Amino acid sequence: MARMKFLCDAERCIECQACVTACKSEHEVPWGVNRRRVIVMDDGVPGEKSVSVACMHCSDAPCAAVCPVDCFYTTADGIVLHDKDLCIGCGYCFYACPFGAPQYPQQSAFGVRGKMDKCTFCAGGPEEAHSEAEYVKYGSNRIAEGKLPLCAEMCSTKALLAGDGDVVSDIYRQRVMRRGGRPQTWGWQAAYGNA
Amino acid sequence: MSDSTVSHARQRRRRAMLWSFAFILLLSIVLPLGYALAQSGGQGVQQQQRQQMQQQQRFGQERATNPRSDMWRDAREGQGGFTTQTGPYVTNTMISNTGETWRQFRMGPLITYGGYLLIGALVLVALVFTFVGRIKLSHGRAGMTIQRWKPFERFLHWFTAISFILLAITGLSLLFGRSVLIPLMGHQAFAAYADVGKVVHNYIGPAFSIAVLLMIVLWVKHNIPNKTDLKWFAAGGGIFGKSHPSAGKFNGGEKVWFWVGIVIFGTAVGVSGFLLNFPLFGQTRADMALYQVIHAVTSLLWIGFFFGHAYIGTLGTEGALEGMTTGRVDVNWAKQHHDLWLEQELAKGVKPLPAESASASAGAVPPVGQPSH
Repeated sequence: MARMKFLCDAERCIECQACVTACKSEHEVPWGVNRRRVIVMDDGVPGEKSVSVACMHCSDAPCAAVCPVDCFYTTADGIVLHDKDLCIGCGYCFYACPFGAPQYPQQSAFGVRGKMDKCTFCAGGPEEAHSEAEYVKYGSNRIAEGKLPLCAEMCSTKALLAGDGDVVSDIYRQRVMRRGGRPQTWGWQAAYGNA
Repeated sequence: MSDSTVSHARQRRRRAMLWSFAFILLLSIVLPLGYALAQSGGQGVQQQQRQQMQQQQRFGQERATNPRSDMWRDAREGQGGFTTQTGPYVTNTMISNTGETWRQFRMGPLITYGGYLLIGALVLVALVFTFVGRIKLSHGRAGMTIQRWKPFERFLHWFTAISFILLAITGLSLLFGRSVLIPLMGHQAFAAYADVGKVVHNYIGPAFSIAVLLMIVLWVKHNIPNKTDLKWFAAGGGIFGKSHPSAGKFNGGEKVWFWVGIVIFGTAVGVSGFLLNFPLFGQTRADMALYQVIHAVTSLLWIGFFFGHAYIGTLGTEGALEGMTTGRVDVNWAKQHHDLWLEQELAKGVKPLPAESASASAGAVPPVGQPSH
């Protein structure tokens, strides 16, 4: 069985935010909730790097470990999903997650949290695949259609890779071998030669 | 040989031994020190150390780390970047490490030792009840009662008591529910219960904290520690041993419950709970995790302490509970447990009333199962 993974190639990411937009559009994610975000390190400084971050679908997920109602589960593909019918919006998964993946719609005053929402690896939730209930709660289910997450599928520079961990790491390993220590920017060799 | 020559020889041997020990000690200090001084070429040891440090710094500067690896190291250690996305739960950090620490603490020591603490407190109470038993009224009832708690004080006590129990049950459910209740109830039923429990906890919490604050203001004047309390503790509070140590309105034990339980735990639980309940002041994930730890640890200690308080006030002491339910206590109970307070009240001109008429005038039914002598 495949072990699904995301990988963002920082040498390729151009901070176009298309993955963010694609995710929002595909799953009709509400305002203020971001399943995916692009983080730029050393912004505006030579050598700045951007990385698209979402749920990393951890093997030993901290969110699942701390959940008081035990609403998380890992699919056979290694995708970490949760059941919104069980979630009580306590916020513990947000405290525990290293990547800031869990998000909450604010339903009312005093910062009361709604049910947690996070990246599903475009795999929906526990509801029946392609049902109305699944779409409303978790967004579309591309995995059930045999497709990979939209953010990675439409990434213009193929910086964001999603899929079987073995395949993803093979692609990345080949890239590293080919580019050596140099950035893989178009026109780099024309400008600087092979040196 | 005479005895004196033997003792002289022994003395001489002992003196020689002491001096050689001192000499060895001296050499062990002087020799390495002399070597170090000789190596430094007459320079001070401190100066040499400074030189070494300067050399090390120059070495580090010559081989500065790759700035790009520094950036990734910073990201790994939780330094923030820039993000255009906005939302109440959107963060600019790539990797936050505090969450894992919090997870390890909550799922490990907090649940394990927290569970032991509560079970231990209950076992302790059971042991005291078994081996010490109920503290009886040593001279029976006088049949005359005196007012101990005003109606507002009783209202405040029972308001905090009931909300404390509700908060404890809902709070403990969130901490231990997954391991204790889910196997019994199943996921769906427990999630439905926890959802209601969270709302109950979050709404009662602030009201409870205000009531605790009122209690502190109302009762602090009776709880100033004094010498009587030391004597009370020395006599085991009348629980251990046959004596009846003197006490004012609040005895030493009640003062400990007031200062440690209500003031310290109450403040810590109230403030941390407020910050957890209202994530509106720019609290970070690390802050929230820290408040959760403070809230959970102090709450668990408080609940453990509460078992003791509840036991002493009900099963543990004959005639104590009626003070909080009807507001009046038997004069013999007051003499036995709070003699100084009784003297004060009598000196103030408070007249004890017969039990029946007092309860009739207070409009309260006498507690069931309480023998009226």
